[in-house]
Amino acid sequence: MTDTIKHHLNDAILMAYSAGTLPEAFNLMVAAHLSLCDSCRAQAESFDALGGALLEQSADTEMDNNSFANTMDLIAGGDIDVTMPAAKTTPGVLPKPIQDYVGGDLDSIKWKPIGMGVKQAILPTSKDATARLLLIPAGTAMPDHGHKGTEMTMVLKGAFQDDDGYFARGDVEIADSDLHHTPVADIHEDCICLAVADAPLEFDRLLPKIAQRFLRI
Amino acid sequence: SSEPSKRMLWVSHMTRIRDDQDRAAFAELFDHFAPRVKGFLIKSGADSTLAEECTQDVMATLWHKSHQFDPSRASVATWIFTIARNRKIDLLRRNRRPEPEDLTWGPEAEPDQAEVLGLQQESEILVSALAALPPAQRELIEKAYFGDLTHSEIAAQTGLPLGTIKSRIRLALDRLRHAMK
Ligand SMILES: [Zn+2]
Ligand SMILES: [Zn+2]
Repeated sequence: MTDTIKHHLNDAILMAYSAGTLPEAFNLMVAAHLSLCDSCRAQAESFDALGGALLEQSADTEMDNNSFANTMDLIAGGDIDVTMPAAKTTPGVLPKPIQDYVGGDLDSIKWKPIGMGVKQAILPTSKDATARLLLIPAGTAMPDHGHKGTEMTMVLKGAFQDDDGYFARGDVEIADSDLHHTPVADIHEDCICLAVADAPLEFDRLLPKIAQRFLRI
Repeated sequence: SSEPSKRMLWVSHMTRIRDDQDRAAFAELFDHFAPRVKGFLIKSGADSTLAEECTQDVMATLWHKSHQFDPSRASVATWIFTIARNRKIDLLRRNRRPEPEDLTWGPEAEPDQAEVLGLQQESEILVSALAALPPAQRELIEKAYFGDLTHSEIAAQTGLPLGTIKSRIRLALDRLRHAMK
């Protein structure tokens, strides 16, 4: 845990994570940030408490006649929870929720070069939003781009800088259609980030549309 | 008020289910919470048959996972909400919701009674503050949680501008936070 994180998730995202309305890729971003950030984790717990308060106050709905008896039968049948026990992960650079998708830490990432030394690895999530790991070589700039939807980028290793500030491990930049930026990786080491987006990024130059589609950026 | 003691009663029901597989305690929790869970699932878009089935799953999970409930971290209602929310995501959205690292529900030792009482009293304050919100704000919070709607979907449904929705939700959260101080 660190208290050096300066750029956090916002209420809207934390509330939607608690309500369960986010796409999988965004859930992964929140879970990864909460793994590194105590203060957002406390906020997330209060949003769960708000959900509990709403549940407490919500109106009764009629249950079926045999509802209780059926539930006792279900219970007698034993715990039906078939979720696989999570893969054993060792503490590393990647927070556990990301390791679950990668199948290990940094050396398990299957990087694909996308030009200018930048590499990416797309993580398998549902299609309503994308999640990718990005490796930006020290001192390199990402192409200048804008956003149609919401993009969140969290630094896992190294740091980057853009007009909005300096982002180091655990910091999240939340970009929407208002933000147009050129993130530049810190000169001292390669920067590895988790980036999630619910709409394709809009590049101004360098990457023609067809390449964008091809690279699934 | 009698409410905090009711809240502590639910906590002790959870202990009875965990330690003695106490059916009577479970029946009381079922009578109170199952109809609310079902209502939540119907508002989230489940039909009545699916909501009924899913509610039974949620209540069975409460029984099986009773050892994971930590009353120094959540009210019984909050814990049931998280089980129902996860079930809703599995069934209705067919989406995954990764959990953060090390977030194990479940105390390693029996939690400190003063902490339990403190947390349960705080939940009471939150419930009262929520009830005291102006209806327009409360309704939006409810839609965000129970309607399974994003802010933009709420905008489309209510005809309110997105900015109004965002600022009403912000005002509501400010009020709740103020009440919790
Ligand atoms: Zn944070
Ligand atoms: Zn961007």
